[in-house]
Amino acid sequence: MRNKISALLFGTAMALSVASIASADDKVVKIGVLSDQSGLYADLAGPGSTLAAQMAIEDSGLKAKGWTIDLISGDHQNKPDIGTTIARQWFDVDKVDTIVDVPNSGVALAVNNVVKEKNGVYINSGAATSDLTNAQCTPNTVHWTYDTYMLAHATGQALVKAGGDTWFFLTADYAFGAALERDTTAVVTANGGKVVGGVKHPLNTADFSSFLLQAQASKAKIIGLANAGGDTTNSIKQAAEFGIVKGGQKLAALLLFLTDVKAIGLETAQGLNFTETFYWDLNDNTRAFSKRFSEKMKSGAPPTMVQAGVYAGLLHYFKALDALGGNPHDGAKVVAKMKTIPTDDPLFGKGEVEANGRVTHDAYLFEVKKPSESKGPWDFYKLVGTVPGNQAFTPLDKSTCALLKK
Amino acid sequence: MQALYAQLLVGLINGSFYALLSLGLAVIFGMLNIINFAHGALYMMGAFVAYFLLNLGGINYWWALLIAPVVVGVFGMILERTMLQWLAGLDHLYGLLLTFGIALIVQGVFQNYFGSSGLPYSIPDQLKGGVNLGFMFLPVYRGWVVIFSLVVCLATWFLIEKTQLGAYLRAATENPTLVRAFGINVPRMITLTYGLGVGLAALAGVLSAPINQVRPLMGADLIIVVFAVVVIGGMGSIMGSIITGFALGVIEGLTKYFYPEASNTVVFVLMVVVLLVKPTGLTGRAA
Amino acid sequence: MSALTDDTLPMTPRAMRDEMIVFAVMAALLAAVPFTGIYPFFVMQALCFALLACAFNLLIGYGGLLSFGHAMFLGTAGYCTAHALKVWALPPELGIIVGVAAAALLGLVTGYISIKRQGIYFSMITLALSQLLYFLYLQAPFTHGEDGIQGIPQGHLFGIFDLSKPLVLYYVVLVGFLAGFLLIYRTINSPFGEVLKSIRENEPRAISLGYKTDQYKMLAYVLSGTLAGFAGSLKVFVAQNASLTDVHWSMSGEIVLMTLVGGLGTIFGPVVGAFVIIAMQQYLAGFGQWVTVIQGVIFVSCVLLFRRGLVGELAHLLRRSL
Repeated sequence: MRNKISALLFGTAMALSVASIASADDKVVKIGVLSDQSGLYADLAGPGSTLAAQMAIEDSGLKAKGWTIDLISGDHQNKPDIGTTIARQWFDVDKVDTIVDVPNSGVALAVNNVVKEKNGVYINSGAATSDLTNAQCTPNTVHWTYDTYMLAHATGQALVKAGGDTWFFLTADYAFGAALERDTTAVVTANGGKVVGGVKHPLNTADFSSFLLQAQASKAKIIGLANAGGDTTNSIKQAAEFGIVKGGQKLAALLLFLTDVKAIGLETAQGLNFTETFYWDLNDNTRAFSKRFSEKMKSGAPPTMVQAGVYAGLLHYFKALDALGGNPHDGAKVVAKMKTIPTDDPLFGKGEVEANGRVTHDAYLFEVKKPSESKGPWDFYKLVGTVPGNQAFTPLDKSTCALLKK
Repeated sequence: MQALYAQLLVGLINGSFYALLSLGLAVIFGMLNIINFAHGALYMMGAFVAYFLLNLGGINYWWALLIAPVVVGVFGMILERTMLQWLAGLDHLYGLLLTFGIALIVQGVFQNYFGSSGLPYSIPDQLKGGVNLGFMFLPVYRGWVVIFSLVVCLATWFLIEKTQLGAYLRAATENPTLVRAFGINVPRMITLTYGLGVGLAALAGVLSAPINQVRPLMGADLIIVVFAVVVIGGMGSIMGSIITGFALGVIEGLTKYFYPEASNTVVFVLMVVVLLVKPTGLTGRAA
Repeated sequence: MSALTDDTLPMTPRAMRDEMIVFAVMAALLAAVPFTGIYPFFVMQALCFALLACAFNLLIGYGGLLSFGHAMFLGTAGYCTAHALKVWALPPELGIIVGVAAAALLGLVTGYISIKRQGIYFSMITLALSQLLYFLYLQAPFTHGEDGIQGIPQGHLFGIFDLSKPLVLYYVVLVGFLAGFLLIYRTINSPFGEVLKSIRENEPRAISLGYKTDQYKMLAYVLSGTLAGFAGSLKVFVAQNASLTDVHWSMSGEIVLMTLVGGLGTIFGPVVGAFVIIAMQQYLAGFGQWVTVIQGVIFVSCVLLFRRGLVGELAHLLRRSL
């Protein structure tokens, strides 16, 4: 046993010394895409996120500059335990430097702690929780694409300005729904609107008719859906059945993805308002990227905003690596570098990585097209309004991130 | 008060799904002594078959109501022939475990091929729109679901309690050896019963396709609620499971009105109360 | 009704000695893990689940009661320990006590409701109760809903052992597992365990012999729940989070699967089963979407072909009880 331990120690010492020798021009980096490959989020992140990461590596041009970039992917199966074990193993055994994507707020926050402990880099694109850049922010985390604050804020502000000044909320009865409702209510009242009522429904409700009847009776102009996934799609579908949109009330989904609209179908989803930060058909750049992307996707689907966020986040990370010139293994240092470079990529445009790790970029309010307006299989949205990046996300003076209190 | 009427009616609609599903479970339990954990997955298959019929074969909702239960029923009979029948004579728990495994496989396979966000299925043209009842706007389709499932439930009850075939079925449940002695093919009867119970689940699936998203996991959580319904009502009688199903739908509807936060838990709470007062359930016989 | 398991072999001193040898080998192998290349976090997680499966097995394998809601003990203890450590800032040993006490209390309450019903009714009731708890935890503010309780401080056990050091944590978890395992082993071979087995084999006869079977079953249920809670509390230190997945019914299903794969009513089966299933989740993660299907297939083939489970079949071959 004693021999074994000393051998182990010797081995570690060797490894350390080799590492310190190599650090001068160490240009080897390994990226892990940790996503939900099979569950609820597989369509909007999953294999598409891995593809986006591959494309980011190809497009970064770092290989030509002598870098070696490896990519692995894993399935966290929406279980925080599995997510953290994979993350730990990636850092300890597989020598991964950077973890990207990670949809599902529970898993995302769990992995957040591991990345900090191991001093890696964490570029989250898939999770909604704004805690990542507030109470639980770390010097190793960058949060791209969206969060609950932004969704609530952008949707609430744009709709009230467009005349939707009375609101009724259908809220999923757990922390996520409550956060969405709270943030949206704040924006609605700040802009002169009024919340006339609301109802809390349990998670994974199959039947929304009771709640929709109450929403209908409230006569509110906007019915805000502070829920996610199957709850949102079911409430939208049943709202159409109860003639709510035809009766003149508008539905505002606070969290909805391209793939959800596809799943509901335009017939039912038409007229629905919601916010995303990326849509494949926004401009020439997004169309060019999406064309390349969907050609490589098995299903032929264009990228969702989460997948686009993986791509853009990695491109920015590679810029920081390029600026550092090598030795990419000190996560906090790399993230600090990412915060000094303004972001600028073909998908999200210009923005910045704020001190709390939040990436700011424009957010767009969309309305779902009528079936007659749609010209292709994925032609779903029309742009209704744009919220500039510096207004869409939590203002730094309101962020509770400890990094800001230096 | 008006809102209350509306909630009652809406509750009745949900109750019809509970009734159809718990009825199917009761029929299967009566004959096979198996708690069919795969019931939720087969309900989901019913909805998917309707989707495929429409989108691949152009076959409309009305035919789907007929074809989907048959297709899923046949699938169920194959399951029974190839797997469930080998469990005869073993502890009942193995049936539960086996059907749980089947549910995982079916749901997993559907999830692989169709993702989890689900597929759209719209209401048939004939049932679109709604009627203003004064106290609420009732979508025609919802009204149809209540009436249709009531008819199906009563027809099943009639088939089992009042016909010759039903008499054989009930007899074979009580004493298979004796019924066999009368020259009746009991194994075939078991297979057919399983097909019938599963067909009822698939029918509920087709009925729910236009209301809920057609999703691979649409039955996964529902089945647990239906289990609670079954525990409350007991497995004693066909009529018992029908009435309990509808009644619980109504109670759940009322909860959604008075205290919506508890609407998902009310069935379970009710189950606890019933068990404390009457451990065998409302109409149940001992297991 | 035939019995779930077929270990009707009498407990001879020789069998006892065999089992102690196997136990010693297992303990030695596990103690040596940190010195091999095996990733310790994986083993720690598997150990927690192994204890959980053993606790579950006490109920099904020796009491004949299939609980389909055992995740509720795992999750409840996990949440309570996590809350005690993080919000109340209690030391680890008190955190574990809080979690285990909560699980024991839950066992008393749910046992009182469910124990009177037998067979599949018992399974369905425990399943429904755990689903009820799932919804409660989802809505309760202290669990933080979908986000879960994160970043739980590991602290110093008894003020000495620094649990944030993986090696220390590993041995603490291992000792916890072995202690729980021995307690279960002792219970099974006690007069109490014998009565339990007799209830499983033939309850009416046990009643006619004058045993208050409901009390025995209740005690087994509470003990099983408490030990499952202990596993949940230990797991908090390993995973450093407590989340809804631990109370979801699919977790209950996994617990059943682990025990079934290893062998219902075998002593070492649940441990083997837990390692197999956890390894599958970790190392088949590459197969991604097929993991559930594979689990389903294992379920089906275990029920149809290997009803005794891996260890059970081995024991049958060797004509030993394991």
